[in-house]
Amino acid sequence: MASIDIKSVRKNYGHFPVLHGVDLTIRDGEFIVLVGPSGCGKSTLLRMIAGLEEVTSGEIRIAGNRVNELAPKDRDIAMVFQSYALYPHMSVADNMSYSLKLRKTAKEKIASAVGNAASKLGLDPLLERRPKALSGGQRQRVAMGRAIVRQPKAFLFDEPLSNLDARLREQMRAEIKKLHADLKATSIYVTHDQIEAMTLADRIVAMHGGIVQQVGSPLELYDRPANLFVAGFIGSPGMNFLEGRYRLSGDHADVELVDGTLIPIAPRPSLEPGGRVTLGIRPEHVVMGGTAGMEASVDLVEPTGFGIILHLSLHDLPFKVFTLDRDALKAGPKVRVEFPGKHLHLFDEAGNRVE
Amino acid sequence: MTTRKILLIGAHRLAILAYIALALFPLFWLLKVSVTPNDLLYSEGVRMWPSRTTFEHFEFVLRHSAFPVFFRNSLIVSGATAVVVTILASLSGYALSRFSFRAKYWIVAIMLLTQMFPLVMLVAPIFKLLSPLELTNSLTGLVIVYSAFNVPFATFLMQSFFDGIPKDLEEAAMIDGATQFMAFRQIILPLTLPGIAATLGFVFTAAWSELLFALMLISGNDAATFPVGLLTFVSKFSVDFGQMMAAGVLALIPACLFFLLIQRYLVQGLTAGAVKG
Repeated sequence: MASIDIKSVRKNYGHFPVLHGVDLTIRDGEFIVLVGPSGCGKSTLLRMIAGLEEVTSGEIRIAGNRVNELAPKDRDIAMVFQSYALYPHMSVADNMSYSLKLRKTAKEKIASAVGNAASKLGLDPLLERRPKALSGGQRQRVAMGRAIVRQPKAFLFDEPLSNLDARLREQMRAEIKKLHADLKATSIYVTHDQIEAMTLADRIVAMHGGIVQQVGSPLELYDRPANLFVAGFIGSPGMNFLEGRYRLSGDHADVELVDGTLIPIAPRPSLEPGGRVTLGIRPEHVVMGGTAGMEASVDLVEPTGFGIILHLSLHDLPFKVFTLDRDALKAGPKVRVEFPGKHLHLFDEAGNRVE
Repeated sequence: MTTRKILLIGAHRLAILAYIALALFPLFWLLKVSVTPNDLLYSEGVRMWPSRTTFEHFEFVLRHSAFPVFFRNSLIVSGATAVVVTILASLSGYALSRFSFRAKYWIVAIMLLTQMFPLVMLVAPIFKLLSPLELTNSLTGLVIVYSAFNVPFATFLMQSFFDGIPKDLEEAAMIDGATQFMAFRQIILPLTLPGIAATLGFVFTAAWSELLFALMLISGNDAATFPVGLLTFVSKFSVDFGQMMAAGVLALIPACLFFLLIQRYLVQGLTAGAVKG
């Protein structure tokens, strides 16, 4: 097990930059999730740590040693691929023991390591099978088994659950979390699924356009998103945004929306009065059914079983509300929505959070 | 099922049958003539099968002609060419499939270019090149020439097979502790067996039936391959069709055996289950 240090790492493909200087320190035993939309550079960063992509500039250290020039085989890391990448011509046992055989480990040691990993993952009855005789979930387990037999310095996961159905994904997510609690191995996990990020991570690294947007615990990202991107990306359904201007009158501050409605907020000394701002509120924090607040028309009602998602139009802009109140199913064509002050997020013109 | 559908299926089957009949008819004729006694060859007119059959042509070819030597030469040349070309083509095909390097575009372009010349144009320069090296009239010379001509196409063939194998597999092997070459040999190559079989088969048959260069570079019977040898049945005054056809039938045997051996790999899709299924 080891720490991983990433110092101003950049990556260009030709003249096209895909990573603009990433700095990240991963502690020993930490579970880090890199999350972001397709093309944000998260997989590239992971592959650079694995040694599958060259580092254009900057430095990567594993357990304190610079690894920029090391081949993947000399970095002592294990990786689980989205496609599982099981060797089709080898049995499950051979797939799992391949790395140990390459390291000329003694036969008895290989057998016990494979046996341990297999029983941990429930693969015992499948050891003699070929990958093509396994289901998706079983293949996923073999891929995990192949990673854990070797007890590497770090585990890298490249969207490992993306090819599974929803039920299995949920199950494997829990297993990965249990496995991490058990092995306490430094792990870097890439996903575009914010639920996986929230549930698995010790710390989330939210990325967009090759730039790290925010690093923090799942709840930090949820409660205090650093900018509009993180605010919109974390949470489902996504955060609502309302454009407006910051107004200050004495020690009392408001955001004036386009229709002139004033939403009272706590004063933000760093903001110029009259400046453009964006107000954010999560669908689950909107209060409905009062007599105060703004009127919105109901476009669509989506019951999820657990709660209800209402798609509204507010100033002709889409606006979502999530509520546990079943009465919302019977909502008329118009509803009133209120925004409790403690759940409001404020972003300046550049899209950064203002406290 | 509608009548229209039945008619369509019937027509489809009939078309396939007609094609097979057309493709196999020359082979049938080869067999038919090879078992026709000489005295019936011209006297019976056009018949599908002679009234009397004989194996005397086969016996003559095996016992009294130089055919066994031709046969052995062909086997050596074709086998060696197939092996050499397949090894070179799998290495170069892998490189083209996996690496990006500066001259890649030009190498591909030049290899394509070599495939565009009519071979006849090259006979004279190649003879000129080989004769001071004492590679004319030798099996080694033939192997070199055949290999040179087959490597480009075989490379493209192998490249397409490597392209079909997910890159993740090698990356997984490299992370597991293999060098790129070990990953190639232990993971990728076993999965490319169908491709290797196809390449071997293609090159073997190409070399087996090659006539032009064999005719130009080889003189005399000692190093002649069997397509050249077939010509020995043509004499100044007559063509001994029966013996020629018997030799032809015998020459088909190794090609058939070879394909029987490799057909298992040709039809097998080994990559099933490698990645998401």
